[in-house]
Parts: sequence; structure tokens; C-alpha cells
Amino acid sequence: MILEKVVFGFFILLAATLNFGFVYGDIADPSHHHLWELFAATIVSLIAAVLKFGDRSHIGAVQLASSLVVLLQLFGAALVWFFGVGENPGPMSAAAMGSVVSLSAGALLANLVSVVIMVIETTIQRR
Amino acid sequence: MPSLLLITIRRLRAPLILIILIFAFSMTGLTLIPGVDENGHEWRLSLFQAFYFVTFTATTIGFGEVPRAFTDEQRLFVTLIIYLSVIGWAYLLGSLLSLAQDKGFQQAIVSRRFSRSVGGLREPFYLICGLGDTGMTVARALDKLNYRFTAIDKDERKVQELEIEGLSTDAPALAADARSPETLTTAGLLKPECEGVLALCNDDETNLAVAIAACVLRPGLPVIGRADSVVTATSMASLGAYRVINPFREFGEHLELAMRAPDTQRLLSWLTSAPGSYLRPSAPPRMPAAPGHWVVCGYGRFGAEVAAAVRRGGFKATIVDPSGAPAEGLRSVKGLATDSAVLREAGVEAASGVIVGTDDDTANLAIAIAARRLNPEIFVILRQNLRASRMLFARFGANITMIPSQIVANQCIAALRTPLLAEFLDIVRRKDELWAFALAEELRALVGEETPRFWSFALSLSETPGLLEVMERLPRPVTIDDLSRSPRSREDRLACMVFMAVRGADVIELPDGDFAIRAGDRLLFAGRRAAEESLRLTIQHTNVAAYVLGDKIEAEGWLWRTISRAFAR
Repeated sequence: MILEKVVFGFFILLAATLNFGFVYGDIADPSHHHLWELFAATIVSLIAAVLKFGDRSHIGAVQLASSLVVLLQLFGAALVWFFGVGENPGPMSAAAMGSVVSLSAGALLANLVSVVIMVIETTIQRR
Repeated sequence: MPSLLLITIRRLRAPLILIILIFAFSMTGLTLIPGVDENGHEWRLSLFQAFYFVTFTATTIGFGEVPRAFTDEQRLFVTLIIYLSVIGWAYLLGSLLSLAQDKGFQQAIVSRRFSRSVGGLREPFYLICGLGDTGMTVARALDKLNYRFTAIDKDERKVQELEIEGLSTDAPALAADARSPETLTTAGLLKPECEGVLALCNDDETNLAVAIAACVLRPGLPVIGRADSVVTATSMASLGAYRVINPFREFGEHLELAMRAPDTQRLLSWLTSAPGSYLRPSAPPRMPAAPGHWVVCGYGRFGAEVAAAVRRGGFKATIVDPSGAPAEGLRSVKGLATDSAVLREAGVEAASGVIVGTDDDTANLAIAIAARRLNPEIFVILRQNLRASRMLFARFGANITMIPSQIVANQCIAALRTPLLAEFLDIVRRKDELWAFALAEELRALVGEETPRFWSFALSLSETPGLLEVMERLPRPVTIDDLSRSPRSREDRLACMVFMAVRGADVIELPDGDFAIRAGDRLLFAGRRAAEESLRLTIQHTNVAAYVLGDKIEAEGWLWRTISRAFAR
């Protein structure tokens, strides 16, 4: 067992699960989607992206690309959240919530691709 | 070659993750710890406000406590954040700096820059392997002739020397092993603009490796190789190398020529010298006449060639060598020639000349000085190995100073300049002294004492379209005299002369002024640069050719030309 592989798999899976947890629920209901989960998903995805840096194989390149897509989508979701809340306190509008969740759902798709690639790579290994 | 960006990012993974973690931790803490405003109400930073605060704190910009004053609990946490982020940034910067100082990384940067500047070369260029005295001389000469080149040497100091040389254009140079084909490829061997390879390293093995790589990767590409041993020279020649130069053999031949025909040697060394050199004074040093006795100091590969040359010249020779190796048919004295007793035993006092040819410049000078003291009348031929010692050698003033690296470099340049020139030089070698003397004087009267330029062209549609068109119109044949008139004013003669005309298999050396040229001839010219430019005008533009050859001038455009021809009919 290699510690590096454990850490790598851990972060990729955690990024996907956190992302899924955030997206899960009614798309426009603010009480189903917590900001902290989005924050955690973003941080974990960032770390996953840095871990993928510098792998020269083809699979590594696709992994990095999917991570960059995840980050792009999550940053978009965070920005929509930021402008959706604005200066006024209180819950967000259903329309803003909907677009935040749909953006992070896109990120979830890219995260799933990452997980699938990782599983494929694991099965290729003969050891 | 892996991308530099990838290498950098790969090495910075750990510090980047640390910084992300520090940011996440700080933002979480700042958002969770409550603050109290002036009315006693509890407030919390939003995640965005926390991110903003951590960003300007971590980068030491510090806008203060935003959006409102913190409580002491918050300040305690901010203190922790500051220390953490300083550690994070210090780690990142440290990693970056250590990466920049990494030898491998610097090598990657240098070779990346080299391959980029080679890739950007859009003009014909030569590839020089080895930047010793020979390579440097060739590099300087190529630069003066406005050729581009790239260079490889395994010694980094040589590469730096080239960089500070002050050439007119920046020549890409790389410190790498020329034996590796990858290095040669990086240096542009496969580029179509690469016109030739010069293998001028100090060791034969490398030169042979370069020649083989060039022959396999670019069949038919001219390779000029230096070969110190006969075995290497044979291998190179069998590879089909364009020209193989053995410095020792070349030196021996020069020496023999200098003994047999000083005027021929003077002409040859003038014609092959680097651009910007001058003709030696008109009285070449007179060699002692045969039969006489020569003392040859140093009997290595070099001394053997020299001794053979001396014997071919009809002289007797005595060899002085520390190894005392017996040479067939020659008397040899064992010992160091710097010792006067040894020199005396070799018979310096009665000898007509001494040839000092060891590979140590200091020893060479010492021997020459000792020999002069023993016999002030003696004729001294001195070998200078390093360019660095040229001051001492010039000051000593041997009758002939021979610099092997210079000889090789001159041969290279002569071979590169124009293929016809090498052919002409062979003719010069076969001719007698009187012929050479007459040619030198004629050329000097025409173009001055500076080394002339050489150029050649074939009378063909692609090379001389303008000239051919006018030649077809003219009823009389065109002679060389007609051609060498100035396009500015026909009465003036250009400062150039035709060395050689090649018609099919016939070679006409030094054709007369009334020699009639024909389509298909190839001509070799020698002269000033201005003459070359004028002549190129003449051969390319119909109207210039018409003026120079004394024909009527026609309109430039096709329409006007057709109309005027129709009216003339």
C-alpha cells in the first residue's frame, strides 16, 4: 500500500461526496443546501487539483483537466452565491439558489469523471 | 523535454497544498468566532469577508480590521492566522528559490532557450561542434562573412567565451556532449536551413561520432571534419564527409610548400586567410636551400609529418625527442630539447634550420630561444598551439610561425566559401612559384592587400536571368571584360577578376579578358565586396545588363516592352 495513493484517492472521493451532498435536495430550496458544504467542497477540490499537478501520463492530464473543470464550476457557484445574497440579510431567492445548485451539479459531473478515471486506473494496475 | 511549467508546479505541490489548508482553516475560524458591535449586538464575518481578510493579511498588505473592529477573541485568532500564513508563504518562496538554484532546472532553462533560438533561425546556418581555438577561429570568420551558425561544446567556459566574444549576431551555443545525436538535433541538425556540420573537437572520437550522426540523420549534408589520426580520417572519408582535415598532415604540407615554393605558400595563405587579414610583405622568408640539415624537436604525430616534409624537400633531419623513438633513416637524439647540451648534440650550431613542434608553447619558446643563442643565423619554424600565447610568439619573431588551429580553420572557411575555390586552390598548388607570384601581384594591384572575397555563379536562367536575356539579343559574344564593367559608369572596371571558368568538364584557369562566356559556364570571381554587389546587379537585372554590355535599354514592364517592340518592327 502506498500512502500517496491513499491520500490521492481520499481527496478525489471526498471532493465528489461533498459536492454530491451539497447538490442533493430540492434544487431551489435554500434550506437544503448549506454554504459550508460548498466551501468544503471547493477547498477539497482545490487540494485534489494540486495533487494532480505534474503527472505526465495521459490519464494524469485528463484527471487534471477534470479537476480544473470542477474548480471553474464551483467558483462560478460561489460567485452566484455571493451576488445572490448581496448586502441584505435573509434567505436567498429561489432563482439564485437554483443556479448555484445547477452550477455545482456540473462540478459534480466532472468530479464523477475524476472518480471513474481513478477506478479505471486502479483496475489497469496488475499488482 | 518536459515543460518547465509542469516541473515547477510539480515541485511546488506541497507548499501550495499547505497554503490552501491555511486559508481554509483561517476562513473557517474567522467565520465561526462571533464579534460584538458598538450596540452590543453579535455579528459574524461572512465567508467572503473572511476570504478577503485572510487574503490581505496573508500577503502582509493589512488593511486593518474589516468590516468593523474585532473583539479580543477574534484578535487572538488573527494573530495565529498571521503566523501560519507567514510560514506558508515562506515555505512557498523557499521552494521556488531552491528550484531556481537547482542545477538540473537551470540546465532545463538554458537548453530550452537554446532550442528556441535555434528553432527561430530562418536563414542558412552552420553547426559547429567544438569551440577550441579552431572552432573559435572558424566562428569569428563565419561571423565576418555574415554566415549564421550554432555551436556546441562540452565545456561550459568555452560557450561563455563565445557569448562574450562580441560577434555581430547572437549565435546560439550550448554546453553539451556533441556525441549525442539528440544534442545535435537540438542544435538544428535536422532543420532544412542547416547547410553543413563542422566537427572541430579536440578528440577524434567525438568528431567521428558527429560525422556518423550527420551522415545517418541528414544524408548528403556537407560535413567538414577534423581528424588527428589517419584511421579517423579514413573512416570519415568513407562516410562521404565533404572534407576531412588532418591538422598534422595539413601543417606538413604547408611546411613543404613553404620550403619548396614560398611565393605559392604566400598566395595560398592569403587566399585562404580569414576575412580582414592582409597579404604578407612581398618578400617571403627565404628558406635555406637544399641540401642542408634540419633539427626537428618533438617527434609525435606532428613531428613525424614535419620530418617527412623536410625529407621530401631534400634535406637531412635530426630528431630530438624525450622518448628517443628511432625513426627510420633519421638520426635521433634522446633528451629534452630545452637543454642546450642536447641541442648541441643534435647539431644545431651547424644546422640550417630548426623546427620546434612540441605541443607545449612554453617549451617551444624555450627551445627556439636556446637554438637562436647557439646559432644566430638559424632559420626557426615555430609551432604555436594556443591563441593565448600569440603575444609572446609575435614578439619572438620566428622566421615562420605556424598555428595548427589557424590552418585547420582556414581550410574550413575556404571549403565553405564556395566549392569552386577549393578546386582553384588545388590548381595553385600544382603551379610554379613564378605563376603564383604574378597572380598575387596582379590581384593585389586590382583589389588591394586585404583578403579578397570570392563568389561564383553559373550562367543559368535561375542565377543570371538578366544577363542571359541580353546575351541572347546581342549579335556578338560577351567577354569577361564586358562583364566586369561598373553598372554606374561603363567606362569603369570593377575591382574583381575571374579566377576560373568551368565549361562542362573543362577548367579554364585565369581566363583572359576576351574570353567569350556562354550559357552553362560557371565562373569563380575574386574581388572586393562592392564589386560583387555591382556584378550581382548586372547578372540579375535585364536593364543593368543591357547598359553594362552596351545594348539599348528597354522598358521594364511587359506591356510597354511589347508595344515598343511592335513599333520598332
